[in-house]
Amino acid sequence: MLRSFLVLAGAAVAALALAVAGASGGSSATGQFPVTVVGSNGKVTVTKRPTRIVSLSPTATESLFAIGAGPQVVAVDDQSDFPKSAPRTALSGFTPNVEAIAAYRPDLVVIAYDPKGLSDALGRLGITVLHQDGAKSFKGAYQQIRQLGKVTGRDGSARTLVANMKRKIGAIVADAKKGRQGLTVYHELDPTLFSATSKTFIGQVYTALGLKNIADAADSAGFGYPQLSAEYIVSSSPDLIVLADTVCCGQKASTVAARPGWDRISAVRTGSIVRIHDSIASRWGPRLVNFFRAMSAALDRLRS
Amino acid sequence: MTSVAERAPEVRARGLTPVWACSAVAFLLVSLAIGVLAGPVDLGVGSVLESAGARLHVPGVSTSLSPTEEAILWQIRVPRVMLAALVGAMLSLAGATYQGVFRNPLADPYLLGVAAGAGLGATIAIAYLPDGLRGQRVLPVAAFVGGSIAVVLTYAVGRSARRERDAATLILAGVTVTAFFTAWQTFVQQQNSETLQEVYSWILGNIPSTGWSDVVLILPYIAVAVIVILALRRVVDVLNLGDDEAASLGVDVRRVRLALVVAATLGTAAAVAVTGLIGFVGIIVPHTIRLLTGVGYRALLPLSVVVGAGFLVLADVVARTALSPAEIPLGVVTAFFGAPFFALVLRTTRGGAS
Repeated sequence: MLRSFLVLAGAAVAALALAVAGASGGSSATGQFPVTVVGSNGKVTVTKRPTRIVSLSPTATESLFAIGAGPQVVAVDDQSDFPKSAPRTALSGFTPNVEAIAAYRPDLVVIAYDPKGLSDALGRLGITVLHQDGAKSFKGAYQQIRQLGKVTGRDGSARTLVANMKRKIGAIVADAKKGRQGLTVYHELDPTLFSATSKTFIGQVYTALGLKNIADAADSAGFGYPQLSAEYIVSSSPDLIVLADTVCCGQKASTVAARPGWDRISAVRTGSIVRIHDSIASRWGPRLVNFFRAMSAALDRLRS
Repeated sequence: MTSVAERAPEVRARGLTPVWACSAVAFLLVSLAIGVLAGPVDLGVGSVLESAGARLHVPGVSTSLSPTEEAILWQIRVPRVMLAALVGAMLSLAGATYQGVFRNPLADPYLLGVAAGAGLGATIAIAYLPDGLRGQRVLPVAAFVGGSIAVVLTYAVGRSARRERDAATLILAGVTVTAFFTAWQTFVQQQNSETLQEVYSWILGNIPSTGWSDVVLILPYIAVAVIVILALRRVVDVLNLGDDEAASLGVDVRRVRLALVVAATLGTAAAVAVTGLIGFVGIIVPHTIRLLTGVGYRALLPLSVVVGAGFLVLADVVARTALSPAEIPLGVVTAFFGAPFFALVLRTTRGGAS
């Protein structure tokens, strides 16, 4: 009974919201509402400046706080561990509970993953959902930040943030172009040797820095995340090893050097092993700059 | 025990013939050779032989491999081949043993919950152990402990049943414990979604390239298990007649079954601890041997050890070379070939009286 009532009421609210949105049309000037953007779930219209945002996307959480929309955020998911000031809750972005999300009375929910019809269910309750899927390129990542700026009324800050990111990354890339080219890199996702190719978001960082990714040869299927064989990694002898499994799996230079045969690898001999926090290496938000900086520092050490 | 078996006419299934024994050993040797020679890095047959000769201090032979290639061959490839052989031998032997002891052609080494228990142990270790302790060395121990606890629990549940302790009760207890531990494991995994990738790749099953340490780690358990089971191999033929018949022939059914099951489980737990779940090996290998040779358990068990070792070495060659330099999870390879084969076994044995 209650359930069907809720569904009916939700449908009515949603219909009303649609009618309002349709009537007022979509102007997208800075800080003006209503505003319409195109997320991974299609056109999303935000009717007024949201003040009760729930973010189930750790990347979106970082971006929201970086553009100064933090005060508008009431809850973030259990994986959103940055920045520390974010109101972290037990909400899950992977196994979400619609009622628990609705209990925060959000006026905007940002998600990176839409399991089991989450966005539809929230939509039926009349809650606006912006789905921002994993970015496939830097351009996509910048667009998502700009998009968050538009829907929160922080368009100016978002533009500035993106411009700063582009400037800092551009400088690092220009610097890298001056150094020795053709260095090889192995990016480690976990100790069973899953890696990421140049097709992936993280792989494009290496391409931008002029590095050759040894995982590319192993990805005939084009899936982007092949599991490499230890023999291949040792014989490829990459110049750089990037560990993105430092938090999940406790990997560090000494554990890598202790693996059988790995002491022959160039990166192990020269100590060119970069430890990158798992969360920086798996998100596509403002801290992309930090990743570039860490890589740049490692390259400088290697080249000097 | 031998005299018991000889007195019973039904037990006189065929024994080990020299032809089959030689074929099995030849299969293993060829598999080992392919395993050592094939890999993502082409070392060349001649160079590998030279390197082996140099290691064995054959006079006048020196290696032409670079230090890196030497490391690839002796620290990565050869230990991995040995590990695959050990695990394949153990899983096939355990499968054949369970099939005989429980008189169930579908029995596999994971029947009594060892896999679910090991999975839970590994997941808890991945999810809750502090960083410093969580290296790859702790994982096998946690999995081994989990697997052993699950089987002890299965036995306890089986014993607490008021019915007589027959084979079916134990299998039911195993199903119960498996369901419970799997649910628990899924819960822990879901509560710690950041560990999903690591747990997932552990469960998929692969032969790790961890050098000699894993070989040394599981060798004692597997050696003991193989010795105990092969020493009792003639009794398995008697057990296969049924508990009452075996008892009437003077076999202490409960004690012998316990010894066989403990040995098979101990070895399986050790294997699972380092490789995760590798399905179907324990089913396809014994069934293939039985179909081809028609032998009884006293010959089937030793043949399973030899052929199982060769089979898993070959499967691992496929896993690491088919998409080289990428790897395919070994559990995927064995199940991909195992599932159609098993369907065939079902078809051909469906109408049969045996």
